[in-house]
Amino acid sequence: MTIAALLAGMFLATYLTRASFLVFGHRLRFPPALKAALHHVPVAVLTAIIVPEALAPGGQVDVSLGNPYLLGTVVAAVVARLSGHLLLSLGVSFAVFGLMRWW
Amino acid sequence: MTTIRHAIFAGARDALPLMIGTLPFGVIYGTSAVAAGLSPLAALAMSVIVFAGSAQFIAVSLISGGAALPVIWLTTFVVNLRHALYSATVHPAAQGWGLRWRALVAFWLTDEVFAVIEKRLMERGNDALLPYALGAGGGFYLNWLTWTAIGAWLGQQFPDLAGWGLDFAMIATFAAMIAPQLRAPTPVVVALAAGTTAWLTRGLPFKLGLILAAFAGVAAGVWMDHRRKAREAAA
Repeated sequence: MTIAALLAGMFLATYLTRASFLVFGHRLRFPPALKAALHHVPVAVLTAIIVPEALAPGGQVDVSLGNPYLLGTVVAAVVARLSGHLLLSLGVSFAVFGLMRWW
Repeated sequence: MTTIRHAIFAGARDALPLMIGTLPFGVIYGTSAVAAGLSPLAALAMSVIVFAGSAQFIAVSLISGGAALPVIWLTTFVVNLRHALYSATVHPAAQGWGLRWRALVAFWLTDEVFAVIEKRLMERGNDALLPYALGAGGGFYLNWLTWTAIGAWLGQQFPDLAGWGLDFAMIATFAAMIAPQLRAPTPVVVALAAGTTAWLTRGLPFKLGLILAAFAGVAAGVWMDHRRKAREAAA
């Protein structure tokens, strides 16, 4: 993969969204249905990344509590959900992951 | 002149708490990018040219998973589409700014920078908004580049970091970001649809399953919204 192509495409994909109204202004209207759909994008994309990585780290399926990726991810989610504190949940989940991996 | 300088400073100052908040993510991004096989310069170049925290994170995890370029581009676009909403929100206040300044502020319009600008817009309206936005955007940009550079340097100094579970740091971060949203039924259904699809399609090449799963999740969310509206209309 060429880095130049990677960055050029990512730049366009990012900048076009941000420049849309500010630069191209009046000719655009934001469709309300798209706005409602966008609301679901972060949860959909992030879950889609998490699930295979947590249940099959490195491509090896391991659905057990002995899988540090799975248990660590569950801990991160539970602590974040209960405390609402992002950095706290990361600290706790990194500790769990580290202990399981190297103890 | 002093008002302008003052507004630039105020923008940077108001962005400061969010800058500190992105420290760990900038460092983790830089380190992970190098661990995923990008050169430190390429890792930094992505921050300089693209400047989109969450999309950069996702791109790195896609690169290490062997995704094809179009999949990375499309995912970046889908993940960043919400920035068009920010662009639309700032646009009415930006009409007198001149194209060059609007283009520059647009480049810096991340989630965090938009949050700072929008708060100012609510409180003070259009008063010195451009220098304020430049202070917030420029400050946040330099901040992101600094943490990225430090992370990339760390990744280069300690090449073994890749084996230490940095891939875990990414997914833990993602999980912690979405978990607080899983209180209402709709986001839970979105997560279930996306997660199940991602699991079933994980064998597809180039990480194409990610795109399918993202669309499945969003479709489930739209369907839930329709159902709720139909119920509300009936009640």
